[in-house]
This record gives sequence, structure tokens and C-alpha cells, in this order.
Amino acid sequence: MRPKQNQTPALRRQPQADRFLIFGVSAFAFLLLATPIFVLIGSGLRSRAWEGLPDSSTILAAALLSFASTLAVVCLAAALGTPLAYVLSRYEFRGKRLISLFIELPIVMPPAVAGLALLLTFGRRGAVGAWLAEAGIIIPFSILAVVIAQFFISAPFYIRSAQVGFSGISPEIEDAARVDGAFGWLMFWYITLPIAWRALVSGMILTWARALGEFGATILFAGNLQGKTQTMPLLVYSVFERDINAAIWTGVILIVLALCALFMSQWFARAQDRLTR
Amino acid sequence: MSRLQRSVYLLLSFIVVLGPARAQDGGAQELTIYAATSLTNVFEDMRAAFLEVHETVEIHLNFASSSTLAAQLLQGAPADVFASANELQMQNVVEGDRIDAETVQVFAHNQLLLIAPVDNPAGVDGIASLAEESILLVLAAPGTPIRAYSDAMLLSHNGQLGEDFSERALRNLASEESNVRQVVARVALGEADAGIVYQSDVTGAVQPKLLQFPIAQRHNQLASYPIAPLKDSPRMRLAAEFIEFVFSPAAREILADNGFCPPAILEDALPSDVRLEPTVVAADAPEAESNPCLAPPAPSG
Repeated sequence: MRPKQNQTPALRRQPQADRFLIFGVSAFAFLLLATPIFVLIGSGLRSRAWEGLPDSSTILAAALLSFASTLAVVCLAAALGTPLAYVLSRYEFRGKRLISLFIELPIVMPPAVAGLALLLTFGRRGAVGAWLAEAGIIIPFSILAVVIAQFFISAPFYIRSAQVGFSGISPEIEDAARVDGAFGWLMFWYITLPIAWRALVSGMILTWARALGEFGATILFAGNLQGKTQTMPLLVYSVFERDINAAIWTGVILIVLALCALFMSQWFARAQDRLTR
Repeated sequence: MSRLQRSVYLLLSFIVVLGPARAQDGGAQELTIYAATSLTNVFEDMRAAFLEVHETVEIHLNFASSSTLAAQLLQGAPADVFASANELQMQNVVEGDRIDAETVQVFAHNQLLLIAPVDNPAGVDGIASLAEESILLVLAAPGTPIRAYSDAMLLSHNGQLGEDFSERALRNLASEESNVRQVVARVALGEADAGIVYQSDVTGAVQPKLLQFPIAQRHNQLASYPIAPLKDSPRMRLAAEFIEFVFSPAAREILADNGFCPPAILEDALPSDVRLEPTVVAADAPEAESNPCLAPPAPSG
């Protein structure tokens, strides 16, 4: 493997042993990450796992539910997260750091803890849920609960990405736009959004991918019922209880979907790269 | 398992296990026990009692639904003892050649119980309530032993409560939990109106949060809990000692305290044909009172 042309001279002059170490460790790290995926796909193919697949209506129901809920999550994240990210990147105020910390907490919080917190808040006896229950709205065991759980876990990815995107726009550009008479929504719509859109879209795709894979918070908060709250990851888990081969194949389908999401996200990023260059 | 799979598995487990394995050289013996979720309290108590006489031993308990544990064991998970909530999952592991069929013994029995939250928002008053409209019913997921027993129990009510009773009840299903403890938690939290669990699940801290409705003997199902050592366990002697302990009088007491029936009591009181011929014993048969398995606790509250 030859070093890239634009690498610094120092890196090109590495001693042989150092390079061996770097490539060795890199190869090991890659294998550690990639082997389980290949083994999963390989054993799915070898054991002809698709023969034990749960009937197609079960998979279809889970896939439809996953797509509907994650679509709602992405729209919700864009609608609620964009203003929040803009405020956080443009204004200075007391407690801003604390707010940022709370927004990012779900990224590192164990999803099961998030599910428990949601249940205690929006459950039938929960702090907010008890009011809603009186009004006849019961959130757990509904698709709304799936959306809330996925939103809670995945929206921070969009907010963080959008915040970075907005921060990257020099205030001078917005000032110049103001001089030219663009204010408020007009300026946001015609200046800020077009410049930051790449960050926003990649944030949306990250959010979508994370929501698609969400398991822990969903199963705790929304429960698990085919056609109602059973998303793709929950289906894999349920199928695993019955038949490991079927679980493998369901998992492979989910991996293919996730790969498509990543591919799309990278394609967007490259397309934007070409545009801005 | 193929060779490739096995070598990859070995490599990865070697890396993961390296740390703890070194610590083991220090003298303490470790025993890893895979047990069905419904055995959580029992096995925690048993561990404590066993450690009182085996001070240098460390016991690691892994609780999950029997089907999950069986799948993990079939994929080569390292364990010394497996305690399943039904014979089917034990059979799967035997067929996977990780357990010797001759070493399998039944050490406990259990029965089904209908539960509702203590404030009973839906007014559940027995199995018949499960088919009422807008009841939020929670069961364990298909594939778990408790679900098989629950389905059989619901089906057996079809004659008495209407031909489509079980179908109507299952239409009220709000969620299928991955194990029985989660069914208990849902109902105890008040998120669900009713759930079907093992009699032994309603003990300890959750008891005051739940209403219990016994299920008539001729409809109830008798769950059997088999236990066995893993064939390839490097600590076979310790595993055998633990299993011997599970059949000791002290362990029987722990089982009874937790709502299980040790097998001998059951064999005394319950002829083997009772389960097969449900009409032989009426729900209010006199011997029912004397046996904890035959007379689930009366509804509280």
C-alpha cells in the first residue's frame, strides 16, 4: 500500500517497523468490527436461513412500521431540532452548556434507561401520562410510543449535526445578507439553510439510521406487538426466541437496509462536496 | 458449528475472557449458571445459601428466557449449569449435544396465575375478563415456555367461556414481552390491565402491587423445571455439587418460599394423570388446599 500523494513528508519517512505496527493494529481493528457482520451473513447463507423466515406478512408489517415511525421521527427532528440547533449556535445565554449537555445525554445513555425514563413520564401512571390517560390518550403500546422512543434516542444526532452546520456559517455572511435587506425567515430560508443543508441532511440520515436500529427504549416503552409496535429490531429479537436461523436472516435484511442508509448518507456528502468545491 | 465459526468464536472469546480467566488462577472457583427468568429469586437465594458452605466459590447467574439461554448455549456459550423453565428448551440443548440426556432432572414445578394491578383499573375479576373489550392484556412472546402454557390455558377455557374465547382474549394483546418478569413489571407498573405469569413470580417486592386470580386446576398448566450440568463444563464436580444442593431440604424450602413446588411434594399429592385427564380433579377438590401448587393464593385485596 503506497502512502497518498498529499501526505506529509514526515509520515512518508516512517520506519518500516512503525508502519507494520500501524497497519497491523488497523487490520485487527477492522477485523474486529467487520468479522461478526460477515459471519452473520455467511451463516445465514450457509444454513439456508431464509427457509425458516417468519411469514412475509410479519416482516412486511415490521418493515412498514419501522419506515413509518422513522419517517415521522426524522420530520419531527427537523421541525423541532432545527430551531433549537440554530438558537444554540447563534445565541449566548446562561445555562447554554447545561442545555447542550442534556440534549446530547441520550446519545450516551443506555437505551433501556431512556425507555424506563419515558415509561415513568408518559406511562399510564407517569408524571405526564396520567393526565393524558384521563383525557383518554394512552401512549404505551402504540405507534406514538415507538415514535417518541426513537425520537428521544436519535434526535440528538440531528441537533448536534445541525448545530455544527450552523456554527460553520460565518456571522459575516448573515450580516451581509442583512445589509442587503434579508431578515428573519427570509434570511434563514435563502441564506442559512442553503449553506448548512449538507450538515442538516447528514444529521437527518444519522437520526434515521439510529431510529431504525433503536431497540432498548422501544421495547421498554412501547412494548412488542406485531403490526402495532414491533419494529424490525424487535422482530429480530422476538424471532431469536423461536428460531435462530430465522433471526439471522431477518438480521441480514436489517443490515442491508442500514447499509443503504449509510450509502445514501455518503452519497449526499460527496454530492455536496462537489457542489461546494 | 463450522470450523471457521468455531475458530472465530474461540479467538473472540479468548480476547474477552483473558482478563477474568487470569483472576481465576488466584484460587476462587467460578460457577456459571444459566437459569430461566422465572427462577431469578430462587437462584439468588440458593446462591446465597450455597455460598455459606462453599466460601471460596463464586457463582455467576445469567437470567433470560429459556429459549434465549438455549440459543446461547447452542452457540457455544460457556456455562456450567442450565436450569430451564420447560423440558422443550432443555431438550434442544440435549439435541445440540451440550447436555447429557441422562443428567437431566426435574427439580421444581410451577403453575399459572392471572394478575392485575392492585387498583385494577379495568375491573378484572377472573379469566373471563380477558375477553372483555378494551382490556390491555400482556403476555410473554411466542416461543417462551410461559407463552405456550398461557395459550394452552386460554384454549382450554374455550368450551366454558365461548368457542372463540381465546381468540377474543388474544385480540386484547397489547404487547408480547421477551420474558415473564417483564410481564410482571408491566402489570405492576399499571401499564397493562392483566397478565398471565407463573405463581412464583408474584413474591417479594411486587406482591403488594398485584392482584392475584387463581386459575382452576382443570385449566391450569403444570410447568416443570429441569436442571442439568453442561457436558463440557471444566468444573463438573462443582456443578454436580450445586445440583445436589438444589435437591436438598434447604433448597426445597427456598423453592416453597418462592411459590414453587419441589417435585416430591407434588408427586405425593398429584397423580400423574391429573394433568392429562383434566376432569379427574375438580377445581375445589379437597387435596387442593394442602398443596401450594394445587391451591394458588386466594385473591388479595
